[in-house]
Amino acid sequence: MLELKNLSFSVESDGIKKEILHNLSLTIPDGKFVVITGPNGSGKSTLARLIMGIEKPSSGQIFFDGQDITALGVTERAKLGVSFAFQQPVRFKGIRVIDLLRLASGKQLGISEACDFLSEVGLCARDYIDREINSSLSGGELKRIEIATLLARQTRLSVFDEPEAGIDLWSFQNLIRIFENMRREIKDSSIVIISHQERILQIADEIILLSDGTIKQTGSVDEVLPQLIGTTAAVDACERLK
Amino acid sequence: MLDLNIDDIGKSLLAEIADIHDTPAGAYNFRVNSQLAGRHTTDNIDIMTKEGLPGIDIFIKPHTKGESVHIPVVVSASGIKETVYNDFYIGDDCDVVIVAGCGIDNCGEHDSQHDGVHRFYVGKNAHIKYVEKHYGSGDGNGKRILNPQTEVYMEENSSMEMEMEQIKGVDSTVRTTIAELKAGSKLVVKERLMTHGDQVAKSDYMVTLNGENATADVVSRSVARDTSSQTFNARITGNAPCNGHTECDSIIMDSGKILAIPSLEANDVDAMLFHEAAIGKIAGDQLIKLMTLGLTEAEAEEQIIKGFLR
Repeated sequence: MLELKNLSFSVESDGIKKEILHNLSLTIPDGKFVVITGPNGSGKSTLARLIMGIEKPSSGQIFFDGQDITALGVTERAKLGVSFAFQQPVRFKGIRVIDLLRLASGKQLGISEACDFLSEVGLCARDYIDREINSSLSGGELKRIEIATLLARQTRLSVFDEPEAGIDLWSFQNLIRIFENMRREIKDSSIVIISHQERILQIADEIILLSDGTIKQTGSVDEVLPQLIGTTAAVDACERLK
Repeated sequence: MLDLNIDDIGKSLLAEIADIHDTPAGAYNFRVNSQLAGRHTTDNIDIMTKEGLPGIDIFIKPHTKGESVHIPVVVSASGIKETVYNDFYIGDDCDVVIVAGCGIDNCGEHDSQHDGVHRFYVGKNAHIKYVEKHYGSGDGNGKRILNPQTEVYMEENSSMEMEMEQIKGVDSTVRTTIAELKAGSKLVVKERLMTHGDQVAKSDYMVTLNGENATADVVSRSVARDTSSQTFNARITGNAPCNGHTECDSIIMDSGKILAIPSLEANDVDAMLFHEAAIGKIAGDQLIKLMTLGLTEAEAEEQIIKGFLR
């Protein structure tokens, strides 16, 4: 279970202090698939980065399974069972897909096991396992490999920062299928997805609407989604293509 | 087991530089502390001691395929300084692997230095894979110095892949590689270099493409740590319709210094030559990504460097 208590985060730019998140409190219970949505600039990605420990809050506390992890760094949180999928996956010269999956799983993963994770994200494993995670891979391929590393980690809490960003329509269909599978097999772990996509919002157990750094609304799909449709908080993929 | 007269330090150096744990199959010549420690020839590959100069001549008969030659050098006595000349005469239509390399262990006060001069005469249509690793160990005050000089003369339609690696423990190195290519020949160089402490490394390439459709690809990846310094100087000259590419990609750490000077000279209107050079520290988001997988910052750094120098 993840608990955020009175979390605030501010940055300073040109001597002016700007508050990105203000006194935010929320609880994500085990076994839940939660989607955090909201307009651009509402603080969604910052919130995700605070959960992973990439950013430190200005004030407030973060508890994971009852333990105060506010002062812990990225590595310690990862070891406790927090995973994070980057909005823009990182490229590495020389590190291959199999290497990253092995680092993610924390063991000398066999080729066939690694291939299972790649197949799960819709990549033909044989073509990718020895590929370097460099600029020869497209944005969509990188995104899927990023998700495969989280599947390989199988942690108690997985945070995805805009998984749909930068992927094509075909990959998007596949992405939805992956998240539907993850939701089915969630057991006592929990999944937090930062997303604008209606299709992703539709499979949420709970939707959290963030605006101007605070939570505006929390509720089930039926409670929150109808009010969001047509607002800038949720934009349909097809609408964008029209 | 290795049935040569080599002590344990020598054996561990051999494992580092040539991955040799057993007596290798095929032809070999082991040089340990300036002495011949073992030699084996085959029907197709002959090795002869040079007359008048230290070193060996290696003759590979035309059409030799699937064979290998190992010529590792071990320097484990402090204070040795030597220049060794090894010439390879590779017949037409060969396809062979040549593994060289030098390991220096210096626990003493005096500098140890091995300068290997390798010349390759590659016959028509021959394909050579050349692997060279340099490694230093030992905690003495004496420096470990390696100055390899490699010359490659390639006949028509021959090809050569060179993998040259110096990852650890060599205090000072000046690497010079000269290659001249005739029509249709192809040279691919993959250099991997890491310096640490106050080491100094200089790597010079002069590749000349003299024949039509000659191709060269010279790629160096290096890491400079601590207060070490590196200079990479690669020049490709195109004297015919040809393709040349050189790339120097470096990670700089701590107080390291790197100078990259790729250069091109075209003397033919159809010479297509390219160069690239990049120097930068490890990107912060690369470290964070690996830390989100549970690695510490130091472990993440190690993995990034290991991948980069693969």
